[in-house]
Amino acid sequence: MSKAAELAALIGSQSALSNRNIIINGAAEIYQRGAATTTHNGYAVDRWQHKGSNSTTSTSNQDTDAPAPFINSIKFSAGGASSGAAEVAGLCQRIEGNAMTSLGWGTSAAQPATLSFYVKSSVTGTYAVSARNNGVDQSYINTYTINSANTWEYKTVTFDARTTGTWLTTNGIGMRLWFDLGSGSNFDGTAGSWTTNNHLTVSSQADVVGTSSATWFVTGVQLEVGEQDTAFEHRSFGDELARCQRYFTKFSYLDGDYARVGWMIATSSTAGRGSIRLPTTMRTEPSSAMTGTPRIEGTSAKNLNGLGQSGNSSTNNLGVDPSFDSHGSAGDVYHIDTGPNGGIECDAEL
Amino acid sequence: MDDMNITNAQYVVNDATNQNAVVKCDIDGREWHIPMNPANRHYAEIMRQVAAGELTIADAD
Repeated sequence: MSKAAELAALIGSQSALSNRNIIINGAAEIYQRGAATTTHNGYAVDRWQHKGSNSTTSTSNQDTDAPAPFINSIKFSAGGASSGAAEVAGLCQRIEGNAMTSLGWGTSAAQPATLSFYVKSSVTGTYAVSARNNGVDQSYINTYTINSANTWEYKTVTFDARTTGTWLTTNGIGMRLWFDLGSGSNFDGTAGSWTTNNHLTVSSQADVVGTSSATWFVTGVQLEVGEQDTAFEHRSFGDELARCQRYFTKFSYLDGDYARVGWMIATSSTAGRGSIRLPTTMRTEPSSAMTGTPRIEGTSAKNLNGLGQSGNSSTNNLGVDPSFDSHGSAGDVYHIDTGPNGGIECDAEL
Repeated sequence: MDDMNITNAQYVVNDATNQNAVVKCDIDGREWHIPMNPANRHYAEIMRQVAAGELTIADAD
């Protein structure tokens, strides 16, 4: 698209020049978990939920195969077994309701939304990408075609404006954007119009998940108001990371030394009360888990046996009642460290 | 629903209020602490499984 055409498209779509991409981490650069997932509804690349509910393992992970200037993509590797009728396979981003108010869906001011992305697959044919609401009683399927195997292709589709249905504009699920990769027939629908069914694919969908050793990659995903696609909005790494941290934050070891991420006061020789400040306001009060063995350190370092998230947490702060290897006495002050042997994860995903 | 594999669920009491404040449980084999907030996806799934009779939350120690 020429510069003049891009500008005309922006004016025509009445779209913002910045902050127009509703998708977070559309270029797959943020990978806080740093590991592939095979878990149905699990996460590898930030904000992108892996869908693979059949018994054969499929995988999602970050990859460096990407069309320039992108440097990363999300890779889905098939398990090799087709989905049963009630099983699903794909990649989904659950978009927070208050991030999509510009679409006005569910109101008389509803606007169309255009999705653009770069995609590459070993399986040619028809593919479905759908939008559904939180209650999954509103759905719209678009289709696109993979013309050449193992070749990056640019695609764009438009979701018609939806003036009816319940579309959350809160911190709940506003939209479920779903790239299908071979879900079961219970979810088959018709492309190109809104329905009040829980449909997310079409019967002609390429069976990626059921094709042994099949792969599907996507990057440069952008969802914007209007009927015209525009150039991908490249946000800074820090901006994109902060957006992702609203949903998932990992305190980990980065530079070879321990990082002091919080503080605590001992209430005994093995327990205490403390606080960890979150780097950004999370969507809701997060869940928390340790990875490996973080530690506390005062006059000496001791392993944490449990983080012990308490009720004194918020969207900005993780209250903790840690337990640790016996050391010192009540009243001692320690910092809470993540490092080579352990980190802390906070989850407020949708 | 999210079909999480949730086991070993137990309430944790806030010492200051002596009220249940958090659910400790294993999700897909890892220990998590879950705030009792319906907007939290883990807690929402715990409540769904409890309502469906698929999960019981043990009392706090």
